[in-house]
Amino acid sequence: MSITAITMPKWGLTMTEGKVVQWLKPQGASFAKGEELLEIETTKITNVLEADAGGNLLRIVAPEGTTLPIGALLAVVAPEDTPAADVDAFVAGFIVPEPSEETPAEAEAASPRMLDIGGRSLRYLERGAGVPVLLLHGFGADLNSWMFTQPALADGYRTIALELPGHGGSTKDVGAGDINAMADAVEAALAALGIEQAHLIGHSMGGAVAATVAARRPERAATLTLIASAGLGPEINATFIDGFVRATRRKEAEAVLRLLVRDPSLVSRTMIEDVLRNKRIDGATAALETIAKAWFPGGRQTADVVTAVAGLPAPVQLIWGRDDRVVPMTHATPQASRLPVHILEQTGHLPHMEKAGAVNELIRRFIGA
Amino acid sequence: MAQKTIRQALHEALAQEMRRDPRVVIIGEDVSGGAGTAGGRDAAGGVLGVTKGLITEFGEGRIIDTPITESAIMGAAAGAAVTGLRPVAELMFSDFLGVCFDQIYNQAAKFRYMFGGKARTPLVIRTMVGAGRSAAAQHSQSPYGIFTSVPGLKVVVPSNAYDAKGLLIQAIRDDDPVVFCEHKLMYDLKTEVPDEAYTIPFGEANIVRDGDDVTIVALARMVHYADEAAERLAREGIDCEIIDPRTTSPLDEDTILDSVARTGRLVVVDEATPRCNMATDIAALVAEKAFSALKAPIHRVTAPHTPVPFAPGLEKLYIPDADRIAAAVRDVHGYAR
Repeated sequence: MSITAITMPKWGLTMTEGKVVQWLKPQGASFAKGEELLEIETTKITNVLEADAGGNLLRIVAPEGTTLPIGALLAVVAPEDTPAADVDAFVAGFIVPEPSEETPAEAEAASPRMLDIGGRSLRYLERGAGVPVLLLHGFGADLNSWMFTQPALADGYRTIALELPGHGGSTKDVGAGDINAMADAVEAALAALGIEQAHLIGHSMGGAVAATVAARRPERAATLTLIASAGLGPEINATFIDGFVRATRRKEAEAVLRLLVRDPSLVSRTMIEDVLRNKRIDGATAALETIAKAWFPGGRQTADVVTAVAGLPAPVQLIWGRDDRVVPMTHATPQASRLPVHILEQTGHLPHMEKAGAVNELIRRFIGA
Repeated sequence: MAQKTIRQALHEALAQEMRRDPRVVIIGEDVSGGAGTAGGRDAAGGVLGVTKGLITEFGEGRIIDTPITESAIMGAAAGAAVTGLRPVAELMFSDFLGVCFDQIYNQAAKFRYMFGGKARTPLVIRTMVGAGRSAAAQHSQSPYGIFTSVPGLKVVVPSNAYDAKGLLIQAIRDDDPVVFCEHKLMYDLKTEVPDEAYTIPFGEANIVRDGDDVTIVALARMVHYADEAAERLAREGIDCEIIDPRTTSPLDEDTILDSVARTGRLVVVDEATPRCNMATDIAALVAEKAFSALKAPIHRVTAPHTPVPFAPGLEKLYIPDADRIAAAVRDVHGYAR
């Protein structure tokens, strides 16, 4: 058995360091692949690092409370009977890879790119190679919504996190801004990327868009994963939608972003700042207003993809947080007789961020089947 | 997203607003700057090159080089603003405010009030502040406190390129006179800046760093020294929260008071001289509105009450630095009644 390292992961585009919040396994414990090892706080959100292989947590190097750069040594994994001197030597000899060692080509590959769809531009981030996986974020979000999802899938798939019109770095020209306009844009993006078929994964509004794209040309969806999806029932939290559109200041944004998650302490200053930076761009608020009016007038959803989803030949799964305060989990209940429905406990409207490990596993198993 | 310097960010803000709105004009000394030189009309683009290239795109009608007469620049710009243009006027060094202060504080700042709300004065005054270049006592001051004391003026003091662009666009679109203070040692500082136009609302402070032990409020270049100090203090187990007000008028009082309510300790850093400056103003605010939260006396870290020295060694001692900020934080952190 060899000695291996658990290192500080890189989640999302902007993460440079992380803080060890809490070890979930004590020193000396053995663990299996997929088990939760420790909580790491980034400037954006706190997440759990899961074991990518089983082993024995021989020595914890990074105590709770320490902040370390990505790639830094957190713990040593080795059999119980490994001589202490060997572990000392491993720790002493461990070299944190310098971020500057990233070649310009690698940096370029890890950066978002722009797509032209008939004179409008859409921003996307592509990671990995293989069968395509398309990730569509929800209302007001951007490609960073998938910061924990995309890296987990990029090992084995060509993952594309696409920013819908009116969002992130994409065009602020949203046309009608409704579900058909969104689906048109996604279809144009798939054509521009040369993708015939993909595993479609959509969150909230992005879920309804993904379902529509699949329904228009059923052969295009290999599978469909809907996370806290819009379009499966009439209710929507109008306080969230209106508040999000209106927010220009940190406090206003914080109050509405807290509605997204079960544990409000997950809403960090950076998360708020990223939302405000997107919203400050000329045309962003007007675009969101147009979209909100088309999708959620009077606090009710106009999009209805129930029939579309029922008629799809591709496998469909639903993932929802029990404590979703934006789109109620009860929208999943009528689907449970026909589709696999996974309800995550202690989870709000962002299961893919709040329970990233569990959601990644559900997706991997579903699209790998 | 590209990394851009403050110089590039300001240039981009000006160019984008001039393209968007034909009423935006630039007026000042040497804003194109090369007339009669071998380099041609666009040789300079301001003393630090912010407006370089604009005359090529927008022409002499909108990039107006003036004689060396600040009173004429400010008077013309204030008049142009009330009659419908949106001028960005350059007061090259803020130290020159003395020769044109009537146009700024007695005219532009008063129009809306004196004309019963019927006049709007969408004027931006860009001006350089700050010491550190051995430019001596008449070219090194930081008089944003003087501007801040005038009702009717809005005052912006950015500390990074992202803020500089968003705040300058906001200033140009604002219907009141705005004094936009650029620290002369910070033009080459880079941060990520979107290519698109965007605005940052006035009166919204930036929280540069989260911490629960001591609140540091700092402006412009002092934000970076505060961050350097906080980095060191974190290794000593003292977690500082750093607040950059971004605008001194309006001032985001809530963010400062909320932070002090949590930390109970405040250090205010200001490169300006200590009497009637922003550090004094913010210290008074907190003493009045958050007195019961305070666990230690408020510390101000400022320049001394003297002119800025020319000698480089003395000037270095004059400007607050990370050491002095860290020492002040240790003092308030270790204070026991």
